[in-house]
Amino acid sequence: MEIKIFGTGCPKCKALHQAVVETLNEMGLSADVKKVEKLDEIVQAGVMLTPGLMVNGKLKVFGKVPGKEDIKRYIEEEKQ
Amino acid sequence: MADTCTCAAAPVLIFPCSGGSNVGQIANQAAVELTKEGVGKLFCLAGIGGHVESFIESSKGNRLVVIDGCPTACAKKIFDHVNLPVTDYIVVTGLDIKKNHNFDLERKDIEKVCAEVKKRLQCNL
Repeated sequence: MEIKIFGTGCPKCKALHQAVVETLNEMGLSADVKKVEKLDEIVQAGVMLTPGLMVNGKLKVFGKVPGKEDIKRYIEEEKQ
Repeated sequence: MADTCTCAAAPVLIFPCSGGSNVGQIANQAAVELTKEGVGKLFCLAGIGGHVESFIESSKGNRLVVIDGCPTACAKKIFDHVNLPVTDYIVVTGLDIKKNHNFDLERKDIEKVCAEVKKRLQCNL
């Protein structure tokens, strides 16, 4: 599973990264978690506001730090 | 914090109908100018209308300002379809701006819509 965190390095982006890592640990899953910090790449991915979260190539949410329950749901949706 | 951070504008999302009349385009221009001023962030109504999950998911829990040009209320109906609650709703013709199909937009009309949005945002904090 590949997870991308889109953000230029602000506190919300860091909070999303931490929440994703913690959620993966709680779920007992491992994933390739990448940070995407270049603005061009962020815009190209369709992220209108940071932070953004993509799971297995699917943009799930942007512009806010979702709760862990939501992050869990996004991961479950793409787990197959 | 990074200079290019786009987090700050997140809480107020602005969705103009952007319809094919003066009032639709006044709504759009007002949303552009409110975004440039930092009042909120112009968001993609088409993304909501297209039921793009990430757009719907990202709109949840935010303050959603919807600006329709006329009482046909196309933008509002899009939100009804996806069960997203609109927090602030403005109809341009409701501000004594007459609908026509002339796209030479009046500056004063755009400013009137911008002022109304700002007033609503202050009143409904």
